[in-house]
Amino acid sequence: MEEASRASKFAYTVIVLFGIWLLLTASLDTQELATGFVISLIVAALTYDVFTKAGLANLHPKRVAYAIAYLPYFLWAMIMANLDVAYRVLHPKRPIRPGIVKCRTVLESDTGKLSLANSITLTPGTITLDVDGDSYFIHWIWVQDDVLKAKTDEEHVKNASRYITQPFEKFLRVIFG
Amino acid sequence: MNALSALGEALVLIGTFFYFLSTLGLIRMPDVYNRMQTSTKSATLGSLGVVIGTGIWAVGNGMSWAWIVQTTAVAGFILLTNPISAHTLIRAAYKRGIPLWHGSVVDKYAEHLAEKSPDEEVSE
Repeated sequence: MEEASRASKFAYTVIVLFGIWLLLTASLDTQELATGFVISLIVAALTYDVFTKAGLANLHPKRVAYAIAYLPYFLWAMIMANLDVAYRVLHPKRPIRPGIVKCRTVLESDTGKLSLANSITLTPGTITLDVDGDSYFIHWIWVQDDVLKAKTDEEHVKNASRYITQPFEKFLRVIFG
Repeated sequence: MNALSALGEALVLIGTFFYFLSTLGLIRMPDVYNRMQTSTKSATLGSLGVVIGTGIWAVGNGMSWAWIVQTTAVAGFILLTNPISAHTLIRAAYKRGIPLWHGSVVDKYAEHLAEKSPDEEVSE
């Protein structure tokens, strides 16, 4: 993805900062809005260059729609995984089979990789240990059978990716590219 | 508004339950990596439940709607920042050379590091 123009990056930063201000103050008072807008402008002027690369392209309707759809999907995945870890903690025999597995991602942008790593870490049972290029090294609390029994490295990566990275990728690929 | 209060109280209760689970996991799990799994994760859902539950509870008690908006924003920031610290901690533990639990079944990261620099020790 090539870099957006300075104006586009600046505008995007202002919009995001002002949105955060609206959420944190939760007020439509004119003075609050004016103060927030001015402060957003100042902070954006100082930080827009490191804040975003794609600029306003991030607000493309399709991306926003996928981001909104991603939220309940992700929360649901997180709750189910939390229950799974709760079961492992409470079970008297402590059924864990931990290991560090390798996954591959199709995401290309840095932001996309970051959000995939964060999503994986937030989902209980998996923590991203390191990312190197398109390889993810993930500590998994219960390594699934077909990943464990994979004969070749390729097969291992393919099976592990099917469990860990692919469920998130179909959304993140659209949102972040 | 009492239904909202009840919902908020229920969410806080669920969140507290997950805090309890993560503490229990801290005691029961065998090595640092698995303890991270339970402590950082259950704490996420625990924090979300408690924080958002507080917001809903406050609205149910007749306070302004701003509570829900603000607590949701706080929850969003927890979701954004929590995994970074979890990742940093577990990576630091691995780089420090803390061994995996003896029951661990696979370690692809060690193989990867060995491939990249065959003569260096992992712990360095």
